[in-house]
Amino acid sequence: MTESRIIRITGPVVEAEQMRGARMYEVVFVGRDELIGEIIGLHEDVATIQVYEETTGITPGEPVKRSKRPLSVELGPGLLGMIYDGIQRPLTEIAQISGDFIVRGVSAPALPRDTLYRFTPSVSSGDRLIGGAVIGSVPETKHILHRIFLPPDISGTVEGVAEEGDYTVEDTILRLKDDDGTFHEITMLQRWPVRVPRPIQEKLPVIRPLITGQRVIDSFFPIVQGGTASVPGPFGAGKTVVQHQLAKWCDADIIVYVGCGERGNEMADVLRQFPSLVDPKTKEPLMKRTVLIGNTSNMPVAAREASVYTGITIAEYYRDMGYTVALMADSTSRWAEAMREISGRLEEMPGEHGYPAYLGSRLADFYERAGRVKTLSGAEGSVSVIGAVSPPGGDFSEPVTQNTLRIVRVFWALDADLAHQRHFPAVNWLLSYSLYADLVAPWWEKHGGMEWWTMRSELLALLQKENELQEIVQLVGPDLLPEQDKFTLNVAAILRESFLVQSAFDPVDTFCPPEKQYRMMILIYQYFRGGRGAVEAGMTAGEVEKLPVTARLSRMGPMPHDEFDSFFSEVLEEMKAAFPGGEN
Amino acid sequence: MPPLREFQSVVRVAGPILAVSGIDDAGYNEVVQVLLPDGSIRAGQVLESRKGMAIVMVFGGTRDLDCDITAVRFTGRPLTMPVSKDMLGRIFSGSAEPIDGGGSVVPEKEMEISGYAINPTRREFPEDCIETGISAIDGMNTLVRGQKLPVFSGSGLPHSMLAAQITRQARVRGTDESFAVVFAAMGITHEEARFFIHEFSETGARAHAVLFLNRADDPAIERIITPRLALTAAEYLAFDCGMHVLVVMQDITAYCEALREVSAAREEIPARRGYPGYMYTDLASLYERAGRVKGRPGSITQLPILSMPDDDITHPVPDLTGYITEGQIVLSRELHRKGVYPPIDVLPCLSRLMQGGIGEGRTRSDHANVSSQLYAAYARGRRLAGLVAVIGDEGLTDVDRLYLLFLERFEREFVGQRKDEGRSFDETLDRAWDLLSIFPKVELRRIDPKYIEQYYRGEIG
Repeated sequence: MTESRIIRITGPVVEAEQMRGARMYEVVFVGRDELIGEIIGLHEDVATIQVYEETTGITPGEPVKRSKRPLSVELGPGLLGMIYDGIQRPLTEIAQISGDFIVRGVSAPALPRDTLYRFTPSVSSGDRLIGGAVIGSVPETKHILHRIFLPPDISGTVEGVAEEGDYTVEDTILRLKDDDGTFHEITMLQRWPVRVPRPIQEKLPVIRPLITGQRVIDSFFPIVQGGTASVPGPFGAGKTVVQHQLAKWCDADIIVYVGCGERGNEMADVLRQFPSLVDPKTKEPLMKRTVLIGNTSNMPVAAREASVYTGITIAEYYRDMGYTVALMADSTSRWAEAMREISGRLEEMPGEHGYPAYLGSRLADFYERAGRVKTLSGAEGSVSVIGAVSPPGGDFSEPVTQNTLRIVRVFWALDADLAHQRHFPAVNWLLSYSLYADLVAPWWEKHGGMEWWTMRSELLALLQKENELQEIVQLVGPDLLPEQDKFTLNVAAILRESFLVQSAFDPVDTFCPPEKQYRMMILIYQYFRGGRGAVEAGMTAGEVEKLPVTARLSRMGPMPHDEFDSFFSEVLEEMKAAFPGGEN
Repeated sequence: MPPLREFQSVVRVAGPILAVSGIDDAGYNEVVQVLLPDGSIRAGQVLESRKGMAIVMVFGGTRDLDCDITAVRFTGRPLTMPVSKDMLGRIFSGSAEPIDGGGSVVPEKEMEISGYAINPTRREFPEDCIETGISAIDGMNTLVRGQKLPVFSGSGLPHSMLAAQITRQARVRGTDESFAVVFAAMGITHEEARFFIHEFSETGARAHAVLFLNRADDPAIERIITPRLALTAAEYLAFDCGMHVLVVMQDITAYCEALREVSAAREEIPARRGYPGYMYTDLASLYERAGRVKGRPGSITQLPILSMPDDDITHPVPDLTGYITEGQIVLSRELHRKGVYPPIDVLPCLSRLMQGGIGEGRTRSDHANVSSQLYAAYARGRRLAGLVAVIGDEGLTDVDRLYLLFLERFEREFVGQRKDEGRSFDETLDRAWDLLSIFPKVELRRIDPKYIEQYYRGEIG
């Protein structure tokens, strides 16, 4: 058999001949350094390969080796707390091999091979199992019980199972005879191709909000467990801070954070903070529930393309154990650009803005892997996906934003003007929306109170009204407005400054529990109703603004949560006294 | 890579690109020497290699090349440069040839100019703030060691003046450690180049500076390697010699135009405004070379300067830059016309690493609150000024008038300063309190009452 050889190199794309028999998306090893690549095109016996490492120095004529398997990730205990590059190479281990800088041709196993894990079987010999069944578990952290599955594509009868004890990920823990009589040795380490969604029984409707501790999100534009959201914004509008806040504080069991083509210093920031921050739910370090995928902008572009798939596959794996998983992808635009770059090298006919024509379907395929599901083993789990989008020039009409909006159900539009005033999170309340708001109303009614939906609707309407009034003010000036409208502008300002503004860097305000969010909303809402009544009864907006109770409403966010309860009752009383004749 | 091979088979020359036939083993990114008919030599690099053909980019341009006599010598090496501490105080061309009359540098090491990505797990998060002495930067957009903070400017604005002032004044609080400066000029005028050389000589910074000059009339394609040479020198000084290096790169727009020229000559499918689709990745390969590395004492801080065509911040060059860098300093033509120097429009400015670098024990505990309040007040002042321009000031409340007063004084007294004036962090923050004290206390909603107690010096409220 003639050996496969490189015939052309252009950047991250390589062509090789004598490749007959190779399959699309098969992994190959390119050149003498055996750089990892993936087949993305076939033409007779010539394969087009995208290479996940820097191709400098590669020459035509060098060999290409086939692996006969698709690009896959390693799944098993030990994933939590790891930081990987786009194709799941562990960056800490890589640094031990190659030092401070990433050089080519270095590889290390994704999961540690010599660590022992305490495996407890949950099946016994003679049991008949179908693919995806749970065969045992490993306590991966104090709160995460890592379930070990039978691979989804195998069914059969248990011939033997390991006793409870310590095993490495490569030790055989189960012997299975399938219906054809073939024996399978099952280990804790299993592989799954990244571009294929892991199978499930069925998708379930979403019901419960994913609480993030961010007021503008939870109270106004909520996301649900198993939902999809998009955060587009120009540079400097705070996409990454929003993503980091969600990764830190959202009430998912597992976080997969994909830094896709973004800044190295941001990954350093996550690595610096997460081990010391404490998960409000479990009181464990955040790093223990997190898997990081860091393929920074200066790392190879093809691996950036793969990074979101690596991330979502790991997310699905933990979902299959019955956990609530949230995946942040920052930024999906860099992923789309990687697709564009590869597509350009393939000389494909471009669609809009030079992006490949399949941009929309790739984005849809990715976001559709989110959802709340019934897993093969019968558990319920969910994957929520929050993707940042970086539209060129902040223009939301560009293809990545538009194709994303067709799929996602929550849109948090970040606004440069708000960011310029240091109004953070700079979520524009007029452009943003959440199609889950009515779905989560019952949850809020149970955990906050019955007024949630009314208050939310009226406060959003207030902000809408403010916008209209601002336009009038632009034409005629503020003093010609009726007192009622002046008051509306004042309340809207309080709502913006005291409720919507939330400092990610304030030790208290960084996470606002839902109960406090609800009570803050009550105070502002009562002030709005009471003040409106007072103005109707003859007070001027200026007089209402000078009432001592007005000043009490500022700086509620940074107030320590335990002081807030008594503050809440006090201010509510003050408000009753200040607006005796008003509505309540 | 194979050793030296020479071919006299140029089959096509187009723009800065040539094609050589007959070669089967050209390495991707391999360095070539192009031997011209007149005996001169130009450097080039392989952009694409296939069996029987190599596509080469010629840094010195393709003028006088022919298809008969011109020979192309493949060196079997990637692009490297010799580095040494002796580079300090020297001036080089855009392709690292000495142009100051001195001899060539005795190398201590050969380094690949494309560099390697720093492993994210080995990055030290940058937290040491730099006092630039410029209030608009120190007070509201603090720079830290290891950050990349570009200056977005336009033609005719004093960005060179500002860059020179920063390089002159920059220090880390409480230390006397100075910066080594690496300056990469891409397509700047002789006038500007002379200004920088003069500035550096005047202030004694020359001895700590390495200059790479590709001027407006030097070959455009050379600009693609100039910043890489400069950053390689910077990496050597920072990570091998333990120095704190400030890299000034001007003008990134000229660099991107060179990139576009090569892309167009290769007939690649363009993204926005004819710039190649991989420009984000390419710019990242420059900007991401800023930073600190765990266990190594030095740092690379970048101050790239770029001119926004038609002052358009959405142009691909500032746009992609802003998505990679950790913030930006934006100069404003309007402030420049008003005579404010430095004409920094703080509203679109940002320093993403500021939060980690300021506060108790670093600058001052009230710093974050003050900065946020200045932003809110200035934004409101600007909105009101816009309103007054349309409807006059009759309808304004007393508080509104205070904001207009603040706006005026903020631009003159806080943003504005002399070209030779360096303000300490304390001076900058005290100046901020002078201005914030215009307002009654209740207006200072973003400041913790305990700082108001300590620093507020107004009469009212």
